[in-house]
Amino acid sequence: MEDGRTIAGPVLRLEGITKRFPGVTALSGVELELHEGQVTALIGENGAGKSTLVKILTGIYQPDEGHIEVDGTTTRFPTATAAQEAGVTAIHQETVLFDELTVAENIFLGHAPRGRFGLMDWSRMRAEAREILTRIGAKLDPMAPLRDLGIASKHLVAIARALSVDARVVVMDEPTASLSQAEIEELYELVERLKSEGKAILFISHKFDEIFRIADRYTVFRDGEMVDAGMMEDVTEDALVTKMVGRSMDAIFPARTSSPGEEILRVAGYSHPTEFADIGFGLRRGEILGFYGLVGAGRSELMQALFGVTTPSKGAVKIDGKVAVIRSPAEAISRGIVYVPEDRGKQGAITAMPIFQNVTLPSLTQTSRNGFVQMADEFALARRYTERLDLRAASLDQAVGNLSGGNQQKVVIAKWLATRPKVIILDEPTKGIDVGSKAAVHEFMAELAAEGLSVIMVSSEIPEILGMSDRVIVMRDGRIAAELDRDGLTPEQLVRAAAGYEETAA
Amino acid sequence: MKQFITSREAILLAALVALILLVETRFSGFAAPGNLASVFNDTSILIMLALGQTLVILTRCIDLSQASNLALTGMVTAMINAAMPGVPVVALISIAVALGLLMGAFNGLLVWKLDIPPIVVTLGTLTIYRGIIFVVSGGAWVNSHEMSAAYKAFPRAEFLTLPVLSWIALAVIAGFAILVNRTALGRAFFAVGGNPSAAVYTGIDVGRTRFMAFVIAGGLAGLCGYLWVSRYAVAYTDVAGGFELDIVAACVIGGISIAGGLGSVTGAVLGALFLGTIKNALPVAGISPFWQMAISGAAIIIAVAFNRRKDPGRVILKEPAQ
Repeated sequence: MEDGRTIAGPVLRLEGITKRFPGVTALSGVELELHEGQVTALIGENGAGKSTLVKILTGIYQPDEGHIEVDGTTTRFPTATAAQEAGVTAIHQETVLFDELTVAENIFLGHAPRGRFGLMDWSRMRAEAREILTRIGAKLDPMAPLRDLGIASKHLVAIARALSVDARVVVMDEPTASLSQAEIEELYELVERLKSEGKAILFISHKFDEIFRIADRYTVFRDGEMVDAGMMEDVTEDALVTKMVGRSMDAIFPARTSSPGEEILRVAGYSHPTEFADIGFGLRRGEILGFYGLVGAGRSELMQALFGVTTPSKGAVKIDGKVAVIRSPAEAISRGIVYVPEDRGKQGAITAMPIFQNVTLPSLTQTSRNGFVQMADEFALARRYTERLDLRAASLDQAVGNLSGGNQQKVVIAKWLATRPKVIILDEPTKGIDVGSKAAVHEFMAELAAEGLSVIMVSSEIPEILGMSDRVIVMRDGRIAAELDRDGLTPEQLVRAAAGYEETAA
Repeated sequence: MKQFITSREAILLAALVALILLVETRFSGFAAPGNLASVFNDTSILIMLALGQTLVILTRCIDLSQASNLALTGMVTAMINAAMPGVPVVALISIAVALGLLMGAFNGLLVWKLDIPPIVVTLGTLTIYRGIIFVVSGGAWVNSHEMSAAYKAFPRAEFLTLPVLSWIALAVIAGFAILVNRTALGRAFFAVGGNPSAAVYTGIDVGRTRFMAFVIAGGLAGLCGYLWVSRYAVAYTDVAGGFELDIVAACVIGGISIAGGLGSVTGAVLGALFLGTIKNALPVAGISPFWQMAISGAAIIIAVAFNRRKDPGRVILKEPAQ
């Protein structure tokens, strides 16, 4: 199988990779090359397809089209083990480790050195673990239990684990997300060391400073497509930002003329011990307020506190000018604040329950007489709100679990509208639903605002933020990074505020 | 109607009818109305306990202390009756229910406030409640001749051809049907067990809902404590020993999902009747006790296999054809 370019060519090459999920094309015909001894940065917004690509590279997903070449030879990774054997290893954003095992056991779990009779060779395991740890410059005792280590050290263990297989390609998925500045410096050194060992590294990051610091090449994904690739030295930060967000705004958003009324909600000095600090903003009647930020910026945590799921440490919330203390979701609901969570499967619907019961769950006082639930009233209430949302279901008796994602979302929204709230918080309202349902949700959101409901929309999708919001608050690292008016707002401004990259020349 | 025919309750009902007819072929007269009524009466206590357990299981918990609770309240009522025969039966029943509620509340508080897994809590209280019986009775029995006639007569008294015990069970079933299907609390049991974190976001207090389930299960166990001791006319430390497993088995046979959030009053009643029928029929059909245990056990496993939950909530991404 000589084709004359095995030495000079890329270690790993993806060609025409397409991956479809029901209703969504996550990747369409993407290309990627990883070269020996070089760091390739993979850049893209949330939802651009980066995670899907990592899963294809590590054998968790199979592409629908396209092929993977290792050293110029076409191959397949039908399982995670196959990818590992081909020399591809990944360090994930959230490291999967075992607290009760030792460092060495964590490193070698699943491929521990075996001695006679297939039993574990503990001394060899310890020695090899020590060797790998030294190689990555980690001063850790292989026999220390993992639970005694800090987050950064655990991260090093995860890296050591990735390197314990003889890897040629190392995928790092936002490796600095949970590290301090000093730890990040150590990580950079480690990346340099891996480079000098000739590893090909795929480095996924949202932070432009680190991309420019350590990457040799870049590849930009947008909406599941590869839009550009090249050498870092040929590109500027501004150019990268533009490539990342510079989509045609082809999604159609409902035209709305907003005329927000009086202030309904006022949040001041709102803080949480670990998730967010000094949050202050106001929300007016009939307004759609967008909350943009990177994943982990504290947006959902803030909303959960407003809804009474978690308790803030400081700060005040006023509803209609009156101080409101919200200690539980039940209190939030009774004060007219409702929250449609991001994770519908886990937090939204009770999937084994029929549609009508899901809808009426927080409104049972409305549908009860003398403490007894009136089934006919329940059906009427459920029908009124599901029809408004154009829910497609055979009958309201059907279990919610049998509906599509978009329709499940509609049930959850119907449930909240039935409580007749003043403020509705929508957390990633269109994440993972098909295009048609998306448009319906957007249209509906506009309708609600027009009727005087105040909407807080947490979204990581720039077009949605730009297309729907009257005002946008950008959060970064648990704080408000910017408050921007809809007029003249550009995608670049959002990305800069969220990533903490300030325009140098302006 | 079509929905009913394909439901697990209908399958269970068919199985129950088949079982009764099968026994009838070996032991003529078993299916006679009078005999079926006495099978129901024999199963009444199991039905009530299974209904209490159903609420607990619906919320993704389990109560293993019901039988101990029953034995303790039974002993207390018997001792009061023996010492003070003048105390009216109604007062004794009230005491039994109150004691049962208290023990249920203790379970519920531990689960709610200390967040201890229910199986651990009730395994502990199973032993504690039974230990208290020994403490209060000193290990002594309260025998039939020490009990007042009124104490023993109440559950056996006939009213419109059925014993009071059966009527109490029917009333409890009716009450449960309303509680489970027609009240906000009933709905909350399903929500909490079906998806606890979604229930939180809906404004339901998960801990409080579980507490309520334990309290109700405890109150019923207390009521059954009096009924049991009165019916068998004897109280001792080991009354209803091991019965907690029969209760759970009745629920499981009745299609109450151990994973929570799925089940019905009809299912629990049919499950208890199914188990009760087996226990009633096998001895009269001359089948050895060892087989009885094996057959009861097999019924549980077969029922679970039938009831395996097809989780509609999980969306599994299809891998492309290879």
